Amino acid sequence: MASAPSLTFLVLLLPFLAAAIAPLLTRALRHNAAWLLALVPLFNLVHFAGFLPEIAAGSPVTGGYAWVPEVNVNFSWYLDGLSLTFALLVTGIGALIVLYSGGYLKGHEDQGRFFSFILMFMGAMQGLVVADNFLTLFVFWELTSITSFLLIGFDHSRAASRRAAIQALVVTGLGGLSLLAGLLVIWNVTGVSELSLLLATGDTMRESPFYLAAFLLILGGAFTKSAQFPLHFWLPNAMEAPTPVSAYLHSATMVKAGVYLLMRLNPVLGETALWETVLPIFGGTTLIVGTLLATRQTDLKLMLAYTTVASLGLLVMLTGFGNEGAIAGAVLYLIAHSMFKGGLFMVAGLVDHESGTRDITRLGGLRKAMPVTFAAAVLAAFSMGGLPPFFGFLAKEEMYYAMVQGDAWSIAVLATAVIGNGLMFVIGFAVALKPFLGEPVETPKHAHEGPVLLWLGPATLGLCGLLAALFSATSHAYFSGPMASAVAGTPVPVEITVVPHPGAALYLSLFTIALGILFYWNLERIRGMMTALLNAIGWGPDKGFDQVMRGLVRLAGLFTRVIHNGKMEVYMTVTFAGIALALILPMWLFGEGPAMPAFPQLPFYEWTILAIAVIGIAAVIIAKNRLTAIVSLGIQGFAVAVIFMLLGAPDLSFTQFMVETLSVVILALVMTRLRLSPADHRPTGEKLMDMTVAGLAGIGFGLALLKITQIPFDNSLTDFFNANSRVIAHGRNIVNVIIVDFRGLDTLGEISVVMITGLAILALIRIRKPRRGAAAGTGEG
Amino acid sequence: METALSVLVGLFFAVAIYLLLSKHTIRILLGVALLGNAVNLLIFTAGRVLRETPPIIPDGLYTPPVPVANPLPQALILTAIVISFSFFAFLLVLAYRAYQDIGTDDTDEMRLAEPEGDRLPPLGY
Repeated sequence: MASAPSLTFLVLLLPFLAAAIAPLLTRALRHNAAWLLALVPLFNLVHFAGFLPEIAAGSPVTGGYAWVPEVNVNFSWYLDGLSLTFALLVTGIGALIVLYSGGYLKGHEDQGRFFSFILMFMGAMQGLVVADNFLTLFVFWELTSITSFLLIGFDHSRAASRRAAIQALVVTGLGGLSLLAGLLVIWNVTGVSELSLLLATGDTMRESPFYLAAFLLILGGAFTKSAQFPLHFWLPNAMEAPTPVSAYLHSATMVKAGVYLLMRLNPVLGETALWETVLPIFGGTTLIVGTLLATRQTDLKLMLAYTTVASLGLLVMLTGFGNEGAIAGAVLYLIAHSMFKGGLFMVAGLVDHESGTRDITRLGGLRKAMPVTFAAAVLAAFSMGGLPPFFGFLAKEEMYYAMVQGDAWSIAVLATAVIGNGLMFVIGFAVALKPFLGEPVETPKHAHEGPVLLWLGPATLGLCGLLAALFSATSHAYFSGPMASAVAGTPVPVEITVVPHPGAALYLSLFTIALGILFYWNLERIRGMMTALLNAIGWGPDKGFDQVMRGLVRLAGLFTRVIHNGKMEVYMTVTFAGIALALILPMWLFGEGPAMPAFPQLPFYEWTILAIAVIGIAAVIIAKNRLTAIVSLGIQGFAVAVIFMLLGAPDLSFTQFMVETLSVVILALVMTRLRLSPADHRPTGEKLMDMTVAGLAGIGFGLALLKITQIPFDNSLTDFFNANSRVIAHGRNIVNVIIVDFRGLDTLGEISVVMITGLAILALIRIRKPRRGAAAGTGEG
Repeated sequence: METALSVLVGLFFAVAIYLLLSKHTIRILLGVALLGNAVNLLIFTAGRVLRETPPIIPDGLYTPPVPVANPLPQALILTAIVISFSFFAFLLVLAYRAYQDIGTDDTDEMRLAEPEGDRLPPLGY
């Protein structure tokens, strides 16, 4: 087993490496790069398929590396029936999608970038489904949100596309945060951070008082990602993406991540009254709303998008229904849906690509022009409609078997499933038949069969849906059986075959089909009714999203105007009031103020110089004209210089004298050229306010300094410099040695600051307003 | 001496901040200059005051023979004086140029970067 973990690690990394070289490869080979790039998901598919016998025998595989071992964060993976089947779907459909993108975006200038994005997305999705550690799971979960943002916004020159991308990112990103919080709750309650260990914790989570919190937070993650009503709106909008993206994100990946999460945590969080009530209610509502909204659409992609919403609802409903048969039904339906929905999306893209429109009312009679596409579409539609001998039939039989129980709750759920399936049957056949049957209709482009790159994907998926059902024993042994067992947490045998058995389930199936055919003939009428109904309501979560986003911008604008209002004295007042509080409050609250000092006994000349400094600063404030103020500034500066001189700092003193002289001279030079009055014109109230703030800050600094001087002084640095400045650095003036030697790098920084300021001053002096220079005709600088 | 200097530093800060709170650039500039001195005195006093002896080692000795003034704050302040002077000069020129170009020294009227009634960012996508 030494090589298998590292190979799995490589497999997890491979799509990201391929994404890095995809643009270069595409520049060299153009759309044919798809053939090479598809080898990456194919390689991963083969690698994962190698685990099939082991997993089917019931022994999960784990592996990984320590990431941040101090806090139990690992980069680890866990392969059981659930994650393996997902990994196979992600990589298998991924390979077909890469090929399909090669044909669909042939000649597109950004095709390389597209390959890069879709491979990154594939890597993220594949990591998500095999992740074991919570943090690994979360990182990949967020990566799918980010990469799907890039994919949905691929055509970023259109506003609709940008909006859809932002919407998907906001909704699924918020869900991701909710998921993180939920995982942290679970981590705290159970004390384990690996899914594989979590599955062995039994009832710990269900009996915890934090069950409700964890449940709601996890649902927040799952329902946003899997587009459950009323958070479903981002999914149809994501149809702004190129069709390969829709086919991939909305069949096997992105939107299934939420269902994956629910299935994964079913053994831990499931089997409670809450779980078995909330999930079917939300799932059932989503199923009905999704199918009804689908009937209203005439755009092939949008019809499929809403049935995806509906299918996700069905999956959530079945996962929460709570018996093993329903779980088996959910598993079968998930596998079937990945194949037929991926195929139908690709068919929709193919029709659009070849005929120039996806509007179902403008399409017809394409069966002769596009026979392969038509065949692929019919194969997928049969599976979607749940007709034998296709995989969708198995799923529907299994779920009906499980739900025929007779109590009112089961009947309600069953009725929801039957109506939902009937409506999905309609949409499936409308998409697969309407563009192809009937009289040929004039389309924007002259339609003919697409290239092999385009029909390979849908044809393969359609055939898979047929073969998986015909050889149902094999597919149950390797895929549905282990997956259902992993979801249920106990071994679940799946035995359904394509041979119809007379019984309630079969009659329900027949009834569903009859219902579907009835709806099919009345599709136009249902569409009209739905349009009228939605127009009457006139509001939906989609509009709500816009309102929330606009509200956010307005709130941000308001906040900025209040906080950042362009009035400097407000900024200054707030800053200094904050400083004053920070200095005084802790001292006051904790009783850490300075002790009352003794009255200082100073020689006469020191009192004098202190008095001169005080007079200087007082004069700056009360000076009536600018020259007096500037000269007073000089007085206090020289007083400070003398203080330095008296207290053993001759170097400081000299520098201070020089700097103060220069300051006064240039201040006088510059300010006397302006007709400025330094006197204060503020109203008295404002003056009092400023005085209070300034006074408090001054008191704060004074008290803090007093306190500092009253506590013992740590002399070690000073002693070091005193002892070493001659011995090591060979200088007798200790201050100078510190500046040029011990802290030489600081001085270099200081000199650089001075130089940059000098340059900035020069630049300021040299710039002239263009109009002024031109009008006055004066020279530059 | 520390006590007297602490009171002086408090006064320096109070006056400097009072000037900084003004709306007129020239008063703000005076405040900046005072604030520099206030901070320098603060650092100086916090390093303790040991009176007259400067931190210089006499010829022929390897360490100071008597207790000397603390050299570390002095080194810090020396750096600070130079930097605050260069910034003061920069601010001075900036204020001068701003007055020349905008025609006011009132900070309320200097609203080139933050115009009044600024519009909202775009509400679309």
